[in-house]
Amino acid sequence: MCRSMRDPGRHGHSRIWYVLLAAPFVALLWVPFYTRTSPKLFDIPFFYWYQFAWVPATALIVWLVYLATRPPETRP
Amino acid sequence: MTVAAVFKEQHSTHAVAIVVFVVLFLLVTVLGFVAARWRRADLAGLNEWGLAGRRFGSVVTWFLLGGDLYTAYTFIAVPALVFGAGAVGFFALPYTVILYPFVFLVMPRLWQVCHRRGYVTPADFVRGRYRSRSLALVVALTGLLATMPYIALQLVGIQVVLNAMGINGDWPLVIAFAILAAYTYQSGLRAPALIALVKDTLIYVTILVAVIYIPWKLGGFGNIFDAAAKALPGKKTPTGAPGAFLPGKEAAKQAYATLALGSALALFLYPHAITGVLSSKSADVIRRNSVLLPAYTFLLGLIALLGYMAIAAGVSTKNPNFAVPDLFIHYFPSWFEGFAFAAIAIGALVPAAVMSIAAANLFSRNVWKDYVRPHADDREEARVARIASLVVKVGALLFVIVLPTKYAIDLQLLGGVWILQTLPAIIVGLFTRWFHRLALIAGWAAGMALGTWMAADQDLKSSVYALNWAGIHFTAYEAVFALALNLIVTVVLTALLRAVGLRDAADDTRADDYYELRHEPARHREPELAH
Repeated sequence: MCRSMRDPGRHGHSRIWYVLLAAPFVALLWVPFYTRTSPKLFDIPFFYWYQFAWVPATALIVWLVYLATRPPETRP
Repeated sequence: MTVAAVFKEQHSTHAVAIVVFVVLFLLVTVLGFVAARWRRADLAGLNEWGLAGRRFGSVVTWFLLGGDLYTAYTFIAVPALVFGAGAVGFFALPYTVILYPFVFLVMPRLWQVCHRRGYVTPADFVRGRYRSRSLALVVALTGLLATMPYIALQLVGIQVVLNAMGINGDWPLVIAFAILAAYTYQSGLRAPALIALVKDTLIYVTILVAVIYIPWKLGGFGNIFDAAAKALPGKKTPTGAPGAFLPGKEAAKQAYATLALGSALALFLYPHAITGVLSSKSADVIRRNSVLLPAYTFLLGLIALLGYMAIAAGVSTKNPNFAVPDLFIHYFPSWFEGFAFAAIAIGALVPAAVMSIAAANLFSRNVWKDYVRPHADDREEARVARIASLVVKVGALLFVIVLPTKYAIDLQLLGGVWILQTLPAIIVGLFTRWFHRLALIAGWAAGMALGTWMAADQDLKSSVYALNWAGIHFTAYEAVFALALNLIVTVVLTALLRAVGLRDAADDTRADDYYELRHEPARHREPELAH
C-alpha cells in the first residue's frame, strides 16, 4: 500500500471514519433482508421505500465522512 | 373510450408537442455553439477542448456529471425494464447509491494524480503508472469499445421519443446527431457542460410533475403498487421468465445484488465519467459531489416508478421502451409532452457529447500519439481528437442501425462487462503498484473472453448468468464473474512472475502525486503536460 494509507496523522484525522462508508454496501447488497412488502410506508411496500431511504442516508454518511476527513487547507 | 383508443387518437396529434420540442432543441443548439466563448481559452489545445481547462467548480461539475451519468438510459430503459420485468429494474437504485461511497474513496485520488502529471485519460494514467504503452492501449481500446454501445444507447433514447411523437425514419436522428457533432467539434467539453444546466432543469421539472400528477390521477401509490403486483407475474421477460414484484428466488436475489455492485464499480471506469471527474478544478469538488450527486439517484428511483405507473394506467405496448412515452402522451397536454420529450432527447445529447469527447481523447492520446505520431504537439492532439469525435458519432449511428434496439439496457450492460475489466489496472493501480503489467494484460484478456462468452451464450438476451460448475451454483451479473476471473489471473500471474524474479516496478508517478500537499494552492495550477 502506498504511504498515505499508512499515515493517518497526515491530515490530522483518523481513517477509521472510512469504515462508515461500508454501511450502504451491506444494507443494499444483502438483498434477502429487504425483499418483502411489509411494513409499508405511505402504501409503499418495504422493498421500495427501504431502497429509497438509503439515498439520503448514504448522502448523509458520505457528508459526515467528508467533514471528518477533509484536508485542512479546504476548511473555511 | 378504451385506453388503447385514447393512445391511438393522441398519437396522431402531436403538432404542438413537436413545436415545443423543436424550439427547446434549437435553444440548446445555440447554447452548444455559444459555449465556445464560455470561460474563453485557446481551444486548440487538448486540455481546453477535451477537459475544458480543468476549471469546473462544484456546481458546474454537479450538473455535468449528473447530466453525463444519468442518461437516456435512465429515462427510457430503466422504467422499460421495470414495466416489463418488475423488481429487477430497481437494481438501478442500489447501483447508484453504493456508487458514491466508492467515488468518494477513489476518484479524488485519480483526479490528484492526473492533475499532477497532466494526464487527460485513464489510459494516460495506466501508461504512467506501469510505464507500459501496451497496457495503456488495452485500457484505451476497452474504453472505446464500451463507449460505442453507450453512445448508441443515447441515440435509441432520441429515436424513441421521436417515434412516440409520430416522427419516423432515420433522417431526424441523423440531423440531431449532425448538429451535436458540429457543436462538440467547435466547443469541446464546454458544450455539454453548458447544455447540462438546461437539460437537468427540464428533467427535474418533468419528473416532479409526472410523479405528483400521475399518481394523483391513478388514485395514489397504493393503487399503483397493487396493480403492478397483480400484473407482473403475467408478463414475459426476454429470457422467457415471468416478471416479479420482488426478487423472490435465491438466483434473483444474487442477480440483483451483483448487478448493483458490478454496475457501480464499472460506471466510473467509463472514459466519459472520468472526463467529467478530470474537468473539475480540485479533488475537493469530487468529494463534495459524492455528497450531492445522490439527488440524481433519488430522481432515478422516481423515474423507475414510472414503469409501474404505466402498468397501472393500462399502457399496452409491444416495445417496453415506449411505456413511459405512452404514459406521458396519455396524461400530459401536448405542450408539456413536447417539453418532457425534449428533456429526454436533450438528456441523450449531453452524455453523447461527453462520451464522444472522452473517446476522442483516448484515441488522440493513447493511439495516435503513442503509436502513430509520437511527436504530435498539443495542437495536433486536439485536432486529431476533434476529428475522432466525429468518427465515433458516425460509428454509433451505424451501431443503432445494425443492432436490434429492444431492451436497450442490455447494450449498456454489455459495455459494462467489458469496461469493468479495466478495474485492476486503474482502480487497484491507484492504491498499489504490486500488480505486474503482463499479469494485468493476461487478467484483462481472460475477463473479456469469459464475460463476452457468457453474454453470447445467451444470445445477448440477459446480462445475468447462472453458473453451475464444480458444485458451485451462483447466479450473477456476467461482469462480476469476468472480474473475478480477471483478478484471480492477475494475482496468480503477478505472484508467479515475482517468484521467478521478473519484477516490474517502473512507475512515472510518485507516492506524493496521489494526495493533496498541505501547501498546494487550492486554485488550479496549469498542469505540466507530459511529453
